[in-house]
Amino acid sequence: MAWLDTAKRRKAMDPITAMLYIVPAGVIIVVFRMVPIASAFLLSFFDVKMGRIRGFVGLAQYARLFQDPTFWSSLGTTGYYVLGVVPISLFLSLFAAVLLNKKIRALGFYRTVYFLPVVTSLVAVSMVWKWIFHPRLGLLNYVISSLGGSALLWLEEPRGVFQMLADSAEWGWWPGWLSGPSLALIAVIVVAVWRGIGYNIVIFLAGLQNIPDQYYEAARIDGANGRQVFWGITWPLLSPTTFYVLLSTTIVSFQVFTQIYLMTGPPVGGPMGTTKVIVYYLFEKGFDAGGNMGYASAVALVLFGIILTLTLIQRRVVERRVYY
Amino acid sequence: MSAEATWGQGSESSYRAKRFAGRVGIYAALWLGVVLMIVPFLWMISTSLKSPIEILSFPPTWVPTGHFVRSADGPWEEVYVVSEDEEAGTAVVTAVDGTAERTVGLERIVDRVRFRLGNYAEAWRQAPFARYYWNTIFVTLFVVAGVLVTSSLAAYAFARMRFWGREGIFVLFLSMMMVPQPVYIVPSYIILVKLGMVDTYQALIIPWIAHIFSIFLLRQHFRTIPNDLYDAAIIDGCSRLGFLWRIVLPLSKAVLVAVVIFTIVGTWNSFLWPLVMTNSPEVRPLQVGLARFSQEQGTNHELMMAAATFSVAPLIIAYFFAQKQIIQSLATSGLKS
Repeated sequence: MAWLDTAKRRKAMDPITAMLYIVPAGVIIVVFRMVPIASAFLLSFFDVKMGRIRGFVGLAQYARLFQDPTFWSSLGTTGYYVLGVVPISLFLSLFAAVLLNKKIRALGFYRTVYFLPVVTSLVAVSMVWKWIFHPRLGLLNYVISSLGGSALLWLEEPRGVFQMLADSAEWGWWPGWLSGPSLALIAVIVVAVWRGIGYNIVIFLAGLQNIPDQYYEAARIDGANGRQVFWGITWPLLSPTTFYVLLSTTIVSFQVFTQIYLMTGPPVGGPMGTTKVIVYYLFEKGFDAGGNMGYASAVALVLFGIILTLTLIQRRVVERRVYY
Repeated sequence: MSAEATWGQGSESSYRAKRFAGRVGIYAALWLGVVLMIVPFLWMISTSLKSPIEILSFPPTWVPTGHFVRSADGPWEEVYVVSEDEEAGTAVVTAVDGTAERTVGLERIVDRVRFRLGNYAEAWRQAPFARYYWNTIFVTLFVVAGVLVTSSLAAYAFARMRFWGREGIFVLFLSMMMVPQPVYIVPSYIILVKLGMVDTYQALIIPWIAHIFSIFLLRQHFRTIPNDLYDAAIIDGCSRLGFLWRIVLPLSKAVLVAVVIFTIVGTWNSFLWPLVMTNSPEVRPLQVGLARFSQEQGTNHELMMAAATFSVAPLIIAYFFAQKQIIQSLATSGLKS
């Protein structure tokens, strides 16, 4: 029974062997994830230029951060962005997934087309859409004006959309603080929705296809109409998927950077800084010339805290309504 | 039961009509979606094949066309129309390079479809795209190889070996996944500075040859391999590594393919990390190079669209050949940006 001895010997050596197996990945994870994450907190208390620590700043760094109006406006901009992308993307992708689930022909074709923007590089996507949004030569303004509308400045328009609506209705009394997200930010939101919708559609489709047919058949026998079927069966049974899509889209949207960088910056971060989101602010403050990486680290931690809080809130508020 | 009892001739045909209208509506909505998804790509390609003057023209054209004039009995020559005089029936035209300005009768100008493929060559020349491409391919290859090796080994240990703290360490790794990139990118930069690796290939490769989610996926799968298989292998004198290499991995092909796919797509399309970690064109990958090109070009839209097109072409072509696997892989990975 030699093999039994070998097996026993192997089991005894398990911890050592396991260490050897884990070390390749482990070293990288420790050096480039654990150490950075642990030291991000420490780092946020120092003044760091070009990777060299220059001095200790302490809590004053955070004080400076919270006193910077640009910080708050970037948070607000990010908030608008998330509030725009998440509901729209959720609604449209669910709607499309429901349609696709209706036993149509060539489902694979539609899924392939809708998913295409997801695999396309964000850089190229941003470039193309920036071109489509071009105020003078862009496709969008051309389509709008040939339909009788008026061309807009899109990515170059700093005015808030509510302000613009009030202006076009000639309400001079519209308060400044209610001007809303800038049209430029709306344009960026459109691109984000366009790009990400395919991914959410695939997720929703999978969730929809997991609902057993018997439920639908039982409902049909009972004479339920479409709306009753959706709200009584589909929606509740889809809720884990919906929750996941909601959460993941929110978390990803908070970290938006590439589109902003390519469509509206640098150097300014959008028309009058109205598309400067929090990660862009972090990038500017940390990696542009003369940047302070400790400060950027502080920003990153605040962002992380926000995301964590939002995740916890979503789990408490929404997850209780999820049927598992 | 009640529904069937009330069906009569009239309501049955109106039911069918409603269903038909419903189906038409569904397909109409789906096709609207298809159009909205595809149009930007078509527009990108269309622009990339136009001449700069054509881009400035209003209304914009869909299919790139050029104006051609035939000289006497000679060849067709492409011209630019400077101005038209409808009353006189003439137009002032110049050659493509702006010279040889002359007046010709309007009836002699013919519009023909013309794809300006030279834009691609021009864009390729104006920035070291060959180098950018090579950098991305090089980095991607090493990252994929690294991820496969490190994740298989680590996943095997987590799945099939017993050691103190196994679950704890695994959960610790998993929790690292939740931390957003902006948090660890700043300290990582400093670490790379200290290691002297900034602006090198190492900065783009080494931090990425371990991938926690891949370890997770592979571990899930390795756990499903029955122990009897392992025992049988040992009886035959197989080593642990041999078992992993000759039995476990071949059985895990689907998961490994998924890992390869989302690692390739993720590395190919990565932007913030290379943007921060590299500076010189020698190591700059394609996405950053493309972004730089876009900022430098400013108004040469035909060149920018050409560059965008040849930058996305490889992945899109691969996508059309392997849609299912790619979609499945990316959906599993949660890769969204």
